[in-house]
Amino acid sequence: MEKTINLTLKVWRQNGPKEKGRFETYQVSNISTDSSFLEMMDILNEQLVNDNQEPIAFDHDCREGICGMCSLYINGRPHGPDGEITTCQLHMRKFKDGETITIEPWRAAAFPIIKDLIVDRTAFDKIIGAGGYVSVNTGGVPDANAIPIARPAAEEAMDAASCIGCGACVAACKNSSAMLFVSAKVSQLALLPQGKVEAKRRAKAMVSKMDELGFGGCTNTGACEVECPKSISIAHISRLNREYLKSRLSE
Amino acid sequence: MSVFNSKIPEGPLAQKWTNYKDHQKLVNPSNKRKLDVIIVGTGLAGASAAASLGEMGFNVKNFTIQDSPRRAHSIAAQGGINAAKNYPNDGDSVYRLFYDTIKGGDYRAREANVHRLAEVSNAIIDQCVAQGVPFAREYGGLLDNRSFGGAQVSRTFYARGQTGQQLLLGAYQALMRQVNAGSVKMYTRNELVEIVIVDGKARGIITRDLVTGKLERHFGHAVVLATGGYGNTFFLSTNAMGSNGSAAVKAFHKGAMFANPCMAQIHPTCIPVHGEFQSKLTLMSESLRNDGRIWVPAKKEDAEAIRAGKLKPTEIGEEDRDYYLERRYPAFGNLVPRDVASRAAKERCDAGYGVGTGLAVYLDFKSSIDRLGKDVIEGRYGNLFQMYEKIVDDNPYETPMMIYPAIHYTMGGIWVDYELQTNIPGLFAAGEANFSDHGANRLGASALMQGLADGYFVLPYTIQNYLADDIRMPRMTTEEKEFVEAEKAVKDRFEKLLSIQGNRSVDSIHKELGLVMWDFVGMGRNAEGLKKAIKRIAEIKKEFWTNVRIPGNKEGMNVELEKASRLADFIEIGALMARDALDREESCGGHFREEYQTGEGEALRQDDKFAYVSCWEYKGEDAEPALHKEELVYEFVEMLQRNYK
Repeated sequence: MEKTINLTLKVWRQNGPKEKGRFETYQVSNISTDSSFLEMMDILNEQLVNDNQEPIAFDHDCREGICGMCSLYINGRPHGPDGEITTCQLHMRKFKDGETITIEPWRAAAFPIIKDLIVDRTAFDKIIGAGGYVSVNTGGVPDANAIPIARPAAEEAMDAASCIGCGACVAACKNSSAMLFVSAKVSQLALLPQGKVEAKRRAKAMVSKMDELGFGGCTNTGACEVECPKSISIAHISRLNREYLKSRLSE
Repeated sequence: MSVFNSKIPEGPLAQKWTNYKDHQKLVNPSNKRKLDVIIVGTGLAGASAAASLGEMGFNVKNFTIQDSPRRAHSIAAQGGINAAKNYPNDGDSVYRLFYDTIKGGDYRAREANVHRLAEVSNAIIDQCVAQGVPFAREYGGLLDNRSFGGAQVSRTFYARGQTGQQLLLGAYQALMRQVNAGSVKMYTRNELVEIVIVDGKARGIITRDLVTGKLERHFGHAVVLATGGYGNTFFLSTNAMGSNGSAAVKAFHKGAMFANPCMAQIHPTCIPVHGEFQSKLTLMSESLRNDGRIWVPAKKEDAEAIRAGKLKPTEIGEEDRDYYLERRYPAFGNLVPRDVASRAAKERCDAGYGVGTGLAVYLDFKSSIDRLGKDVIEGRYGNLFQMYEKIVDDNPYETPMMIYPAIHYTMGGIWVDYELQTNIPGLFAAGEANFSDHGANRLGASALMQGLADGYFVLPYTIQNYLADDIRMPRMTTEEKEFVEAEKAVKDRFEKLLSIQGNRSVDSIHKELGLVMWDFVGMGRNAEGLKKAIKRIAEIKKEFWTNVRIPGNKEGMNVELEKASRLADFIEIGALMARDALDREESCGGHFREEYQTGEGEALRQDDKFAYVSCWEYKGEDAEPALHKEELVYEFVEMLQRNYK
């Protein structure tokens, strides 16, 4: 049933990449527990505009948990206190009346802050560009049913492919490692016959790009898996390590 | 009358596309390198076109407002993609897919375009599988299909409830491969703010860097708009928050025809509106209608008791439920097309049988769970059920979902000919941004098909036919006066917006526009309401330009300024939609004029008067736009009243 709550928000404000940031405190009241976290942010921003202040910049788009754009670090957890969802699907019923909520951007050297809660995640695109694809051009490919794929392999590939590229894994990791993100793509494509052809080359290229862009190494703490809104398993990291090792051994 | 030359190739329907390709002009490899193509948008149409043209050797510049091409709203499509593979051996064919799409569109699309779409549908599936898209498979290792609204065969390929995501990632990966290879230059967080016309041809764009606020000029031998639809005119829709119609408005203001603006699709299965604070509506995939049964209480008193919280849906016996789609449309049942299902829901709710707030109906999985088991239903729709539970805090395995129609997709858009070229030479439009293939109503799982058809298999051919004449045209410097003037106009417009310094936030005005649109230009339209809407929208336009408040300045990131600029364009589109809906005195597909219905409440077309595409031409700031008509000539299919009974 709907009820309303009042909250204190401590929000990270930063004017630009090179500027010094700080926490600002805001009050919001009469927030419906049926509203989403981002709707609560919309209400706060409306309040700020009406007070002639600049609203808080945050990334968001589809608000259905699939585009991967929303990226808030809420009370010390990427995407907040609920499991298996993104910030846009988090609802205010998960918070108590009178609570103080701390809202920060993703913090990682490879994700520099652009403004307030917005970070630059183009590093992920660069990693995909380094090898996260099957090298086929448009046209001239075989019939879709020419190569049967065992259902378990297709299902596991789909599990990995459901990564939305939000970066919560990097934000959750004490080393700011992108291993879960990279492994999800390497694993998806290595599991399918179409991607197996260049699996070794792909693993090597994506890992070396990841290192070059300033992401840390993996020390198996598993925080990424816990915070991943799509529950991507760290078993994919094992597969990435195997693929990577194979590529080094065949050099 | 060059405006109406739709350039349909000669020959029998099934030969037209082949004939076109056999005789079109091509560009040789060494010349491709000298030609620049600007593509705006990175959704299915934009990303697939950019990747394909890059692979072919053209010099591509690709723009997106998001931080990454992978965020485009195609990613949110859930249910699937149609193709005429006939893998299930249930009688499908290219002709049948063509016919279903024409009929589903209520005979307001071009035959030749739709047939081409059906022809290339199979190649799309082949392409995606080759890219590593993990479509659902049977235990034998072959691809699985499911059925969708408006068809009696199973022709929909899917990847759980994330088909759009997987197809977009396939196209995105192909695109990033080209970015890495240097054939495509990617501009993220960049918004098109003007189109540059030189000597009557599209030769470039002005963009605003959304991080720095800087305006930039870009030259292209051709410009492709793949910028999606304008559903957010309604404020509340299933579109992403950033989805907008601004590129279409820029094209319109430069002389491109806006076609069928009133044709908007209301999707029947969305999570109902539940408060004024709401910013966005969430779609529940149409695929749910395969296993969910839609009903409302048969007795008004039960509906009232449910709304008052005194009765639960599970307490209502079978005999007291009205499965109104099964009752009205026994042949298609819960799988009638979207427009039909949406109107039927509105009819029941308007008659007082709605549940929830009164504007909701049930989508019930109990009989499917009893028949197939919870595991099977979870396997098919697990992620959708989880999403519903997170948003509504109700468990759909135990109690029926509540759904209600919401704005979802716009069939109307920029007018294009068979080559996907607008009436401005060199300006092309692909995907949802154009009007071409869905007529008055789009069938489920056809948006993904059209986006990828345009980007992978149509535009890479047709754009060459244009560029072949341009091989002697050297790259233009952006110091030319047309570029300088276009940038100046944009700068003035932003300064004007910032100078208003009124009292109302952008969103508050947008919400006001949205309510007018929903009330008068939504599911049920009539002449009186539409006239009122036109008047109200003019008032909202005035309010916006005199009383909007935008904090900050034009340097650096300014989200309110971005939103204001888009809202100014939504207001233009809203007015155009109302005007077009008023002109079209018939009901067809998603456009339902209450004055034109059968005794049973079905849409009544007026083929003798309205078998045309409405093409609106901009006539200046204070002038009314002019209507031109492209007659729809049906050579191969007979226009019938749609019958799903």
